[in-house]
Amino acid sequence: MMKGGWFKVYAIGYLLFLYAPIIILPMFAFNDATVIAFPLTGFSTRWFSAMLEQPTLSIAVKNSLFIAVTSSILATTLGIFAARASTRYRFPVKAGIMGLIMLPLVLPEIIVAVSLLVVLLGLGVSLSLWTVILGHVLICTPFCIAILSSAFQSLDQSLEEAAYDLGESAASTFRLIILPLVMPGIISSLLISFTISLDEFIIAFFLAGTEPTLPVFIFSQFRFPQAVPVIMALGTVLVVLSILLLTIAEYFRRRGIAKAGGKDTGGFL
Amino acid sequence: MSAGQRKTRWRDTEAANGLLMVSPTAIYALLMLAAPLGTILLYSFLTDGYLEIIRDFTFANYVEAWTNELYRSVMIRSLGVSMTVTLVTVLLAFPIAYFVSFHVEPSKKSLWLFLITIPFWTSYLIRVFLWKVILGYNGVVNSGLIGIGVIDQPLDFILYNVNSVVITLAHAYAPFAILPIFVALEKIDRSLLEAGQDLGESKFVTFLRVTLPLAMPGVVASVLIVFIPTIGDYVTPQLVGGPEGRMVANLIQLQYLKLDNYPLGSAIAVSAMAIVTLCSVIFVGLNRRYLKGPK
Repeated sequence: MMKGGWFKVYAIGYLLFLYAPIIILPMFAFNDATVIAFPLTGFSTRWFSAMLEQPTLSIAVKNSLFIAVTSSILATTLGIFAARASTRYRFPVKAGIMGLIMLPLVLPEIIVAVSLLVVLLGLGVSLSLWTVILGHVLICTPFCIAILSSAFQSLDQSLEEAAYDLGESAASTFRLIILPLVMPGIISSLLISFTISLDEFIIAFFLAGTEPTLPVFIFSQFRFPQAVPVIMALGTVLVVLSILLLTIAEYFRRRGIAKAGGKDTGGFL
Repeated sequence: MSAGQRKTRWRDTEAANGLLMVSPTAIYALLMLAAPLGTILLYSFLTDGYLEIIRDFTFANYVEAWTNELYRSVMIRSLGVSMTVTLVTVLLAFPIAYFVSFHVEPSKKSLWLFLITIPFWTSYLIRVFLWKVILGYNGVVNSGLIGIGVIDQPLDFILYNVNSVVITLAHAYAPFAILPIFVALEKIDRSLLEAGQDLGESKFVTFLRVTLPLAMPGVVASVLIVFIPTIGDYVTPQLVGGPEGRMVANLIQLQYLKLDNYPLGSAIAVSAMAIVTLCSVIFVGLNRRYLKGPK
């Protein structure tokens, strides 16, 4: 018991380390000083109102939302195909194919970014929000597959066989039996890929051309010390939003596993 | 015989169905990942001309990338930073994974994992920037240490160098390291541990001889999942690294976007990936005896 006690002290210290930046962020967002340093000077919400008056910010938000919504839908669709194929079928060079699809999970994003840049410029494609989407779909798909595979894995195959025996076709079985059961997984995958895309910087930095996305805007503002408090306010809003999205995603992921009668092994990855 | 025939036909259709099902994703990955990676490999052997790429096969880019003092030192530093980050991250992560797997009630495990993963999903740029605030001259660490009287001058060796890059990256990749180890620990049959202790081993020896070897596949996975991406991190060295903390991604960005030298940029990128792959293969090879065994 004592051993567990020490572990718990360590775990709480570790969580403090993990949460340190997130705890400090709102302190500066609500601090009444232009310089980001201690000691804090006083409470103010002026950075939040200054944030709303940034014209580039609203363009960046719109661009990022467009990219994130489109990428998450495309990545989840591609994820459904791959997750279904890898959990349900055996096929030739499966490990190689799945390895290639999952590669962006470990490949540094800058490699994805430069290689796509070279090809797109070589083909004469002009950089736009769509070129960012191409890259984001690539890096989101492995996360979608990880989530969706556990959803498909916990499916009881006898349900599917029962539907075939009762005369349903493969397509109608998928629509009537499988899809409803993995729907929580799909929602969770949409939310996670949305969050990843919204936060992704390097690929957008290389492939967006002149269009600002939210992270590219944030990065550009770091160069101007007087702009940083507004970014702290923006960051606070983003953190609250992403915690909200993740909580919803986690809720659906757990419900999905419970619905299909599986055991919760925890975690998104 | 007909049963055997039916079996092969069934397997054929299963293979065909599987390939058909995976094909949209596989084709996308081929077009958007494999082909572009092949292209930078090709570019790395071409010659950079003014405003265009000359189709002359050459090893000059690799000679430049490997012999130029600046490029070589950045490459060695990146490798060193990556290895240190991996070591620190995995060593700090193991007790957490162990705690959640062995000391947390099953019903609360998901909550702990959720708490661990949340910071990972919040704006990466802002998190990195905040480490600048924490480690800076008037930052949290310095004002805290001065406040309690440990130091009277702010420490200046914790920002804008390799140390700050290591701390920030170790923070960013923490969940990546915890989850694979946790999954491996969860798979361990608890009765093996009881058996170890019933046979007279102490708790610590049981840990060394039973738990640790069985957890090694998870440790290997977390080493790879931290080591490979960190070497290509751009934001952290750019924001908290200062001039002496620059890493290979900053060099690649410089070649591509500022100097417009695609062949040299490609050669640096390919070299970095080759080194990382080699290190990973050696590491996996060294741990091979832990990785085989019953699935």
